[in-house]
Amino acid sequence: MRELKLMKGNEAIAEAAIRCGVDGYFGYPITPQSEIMETLMAEAPWNTTGMVVLQAESEIASINMVYGGAGCGKRVMTSSSSPGISLMQEGLTYLAGSELPCVVVNVVRGGPGLGTIQPAQSDYFQTVKGGGHGDYKLITLAPASVQEMADFVEVAFDLAFKYRNPAMILSDGVIGQMMEKVELGEQKPRWTMEYIEKNHPWATTGKKKGKERRVITSVQLESSAQEEFNHKLQAKYRQIEKDEVLYEKIMCDDAEYLFVAYGSSARICQKAIELARNKGIKAGMLRPITLYPFPIQQLQELAKQVKGMLSVEMSAGQMVEDVRLAVNGKIPVEHYGRFGGSVHSPSEVVEALEQKLIGG
Amino acid sequence: MADSNTIIAPENLVYKKTDLLLDNVMHYCPGCSHGTVHKLIAEVIDEMGLQESTIGIAPVGCSVLAYNYIDIDWQEAAHGRAPALATAVKRLMPDKVVFSYQGDGDLAAIGTAETIHACNRGENIVMVFINNGIYGMTGGQMAPTTLPGMPASTCPTGRDVVRDGNPLKITELLAQLPGTCFVTRHSVHTPGNVRKTKKALRKAFENQLANKGTSLVEVVSTCSSGWKMTPVQANKWMEENMLPYYPLGDIKDE
Amino acid sequence: MKEEIIIAGFGGQGVLSMGKILAYSGVMQDMEVSWMPSYGPEMRGGTANVTVILSKERISSPILHEFDTAIILNQQSLDKFESQVKPGGTLIYDGNGITHHPSRKDINIYRIDATEEAAKMRSSKTFNMIVLGGYLKIKPLVEIENVIKGLKKSLPDRHHHLIPMNQKAIERGMGIVQTLQEKVQA
Repeated sequence: MRELKLMKGNEAIAEAAIRCGVDGYFGYPITPQSEIMETLMAEAPWNTTGMVVLQAESEIASINMVYGGAGCGKRVMTSSSSPGISLMQEGLTYLAGSELPCVVVNVVRGGPGLGTIQPAQSDYFQTVKGGGHGDYKLITLAPASVQEMADFVEVAFDLAFKYRNPAMILSDGVIGQMMEKVELGEQKPRWTMEYIEKNHPWATTGKKKGKERRVITSVQLESSAQEEFNHKLQAKYRQIEKDEVLYEKIMCDDAEYLFVAYGSSARICQKAIELARNKGIKAGMLRPITLYPFPIQQLQELAKQVKGMLSVEMSAGQMVEDVRLAVNGKIPVEHYGRFGGSVHSPSEVVEALEQKLIGG
Repeated sequence: MADSNTIIAPENLVYKKTDLLLDNVMHYCPGCSHGTVHKLIAEVIDEMGLQESTIGIAPVGCSVLAYNYIDIDWQEAAHGRAPALATAVKRLMPDKVVFSYQGDGDLAAIGTAETIHACNRGENIVMVFINNGIYGMTGGQMAPTTLPGMPASTCPTGRDVVRDGNPLKITELLAQLPGTCFVTRHSVHTPGNVRKTKKALRKAFENQLANKGTSLVEVVSTCSSGWKMTPVQANKWMEENMLPYYPLGDIKDE
Repeated sequence: MKEEIIIAGFGGQGVLSMGKILAYSGVMQDMEVSWMPSYGPEMRGGTANVTVILSKERISSPILHEFDTAIILNQQSLDKFESQVKPGGTLIYDGNGITHHPSRKDINIYRIDATEEAAKMRSSKTFNMIVLGGYLKIKPLVEIENVIKGLKKSLPDRHHHLIPMNQKAIERGMGIVQTLQEKVQA
């Protein structure tokens, strides 16, 4: 049996990164995620796997170090929290525009501005609607447990490399700071240069004699070339939307009302389902695990069954827009959530369900 | 009259362009220094046998398309971020040779933090810094290195140091940092200066092979379009105005 | 079986580490556990609290607004959390510095003068283990051997020589906890 450890979500990210053979981490401290780099520095993986860990001078430098490493076909990552992720938006659009794979972790805190260090889910729009300029998407995974913090590191890298696109792990201060049991995977080796050169021929590992030089770039001077490239990107996104949707259905079989929630709100809603069912309300939940691609089809199916949906998120109402788009007016869709660093309780969620959808 | 084919016969050739300098038609303006510096870098990489191991980092600015001209692997960075890219590329592949190629806006304005911190960490890379005192690509706006009184489209009556601050001698500043091993300033406006620049570039690449830290080679350059001069006037203006403010020679060589 | 606990006091009293040891003890006993701290500047000298859940089932929300047990180590925390104990639930508090004592009639109330006892033992660092002992006496949900295993997991190797002292503190806590109000029906 593999060892069970009790650790914080942030620590789990770091341990998982080492174990799945990540090549490099570049970051800048910010609460509530600094344990990620602190754990990496304490583990000193450069002595074991050869992983590079570097504290950069800013989030801007971090994300551009990620760009440089990703351009070499290396598995590189960074992590930050909301204000730092805002600084990284330039880098993210360049990564998407240059079709570079990487993993970025956002342990979300309340905003806008410097905001609060307490947990929030108010970076949904920034993450799934763009954030940086241009028509691009970030593959987005939303862990709801410390175990998923660990597991999603490798899942995110696999998706990022499969599609040559940046992937975001969108977490929050609750999942980052809480401790739960975690089972870590076996130590995997880092990719060799031979593996990279064979599997990622686009990577700038030094031009081989008789081969074309590789150029990592996002610039197109001709608008026709840019349009053609954008069509290619969009085709890739359609493929991702078709093949990579991940979700979890909880107590949906007989549900009359549906919570739609991700990350820590999904955990809170699980408890809210218990409380609601104790009151005789048949509640269930669809938990999007990927926020992009979004489980549109699953919501459309459930809209035929339930009387209403409540999007529960620690924001003023962001994901609710995507739920409404999916449901397309067939049934009422409402939002509930505390925000600005406050976290809703399970009983508050049930009250909101009763008030906004059941009527009372 | 000699047949042109006879003239270009191999036995008559006195100079051959390095194969690393590609045949793509350069987009640079007549008289621009970029082409000369590109050629020197291509020659140095070729002569040192580093084509297969070198990764270049291109900036945003006129040389954004540098990767069209030198036959090596390249990454094109966001504006000012080339030293961050170079840091990661070198640290993740320490046996490769990495250089950034940046203009004054890129290296000394928007990317100042990345420049200073890469140098301060002593990243084992080469930074080539083209200083022509103006933003060429965007059409002649003021640069961090624009001279006092020098006109640009965003200071049409000339740089006013009270309003705009003084030109930034970032090269001297970087020489203060313990991470840099070789900081030098050159130009390519005469054959003699071209030869000196090439020597400096070679030394910078040799430093990297010897793991000595950051080498920075500044090339004080002309921008005849941005300066609104003929190439000949631009060379003369540079000599009379730029070089007194940005004197040529080694600032640090350890 | 599910036990939802809040531990609250001053930063520096070992609130978070007590929660961690309790959570690790649960892991050793094959339970599902979660440990959710308050975090940020309020930790530094201000109040600190941690929610620990021990359960035989998968744990849903790590964030709770009512608790089976509140372990309270200062007045501010008593003022804040007394009302959040479920009817029929349990409140354990250290009387040190408490001027307004708990007043609810629908909860079980215990007092453990751990600050005083730690001073007597000349070992302020084992204060939180005295409190833990008091809790375990009232709610023997985890075996003491699993608590010791939890201690080993929570403490860095260089502190393992302190385990016997901590064990002694836990036993002392079990001995000194006093019942103020018990067998209350919800």
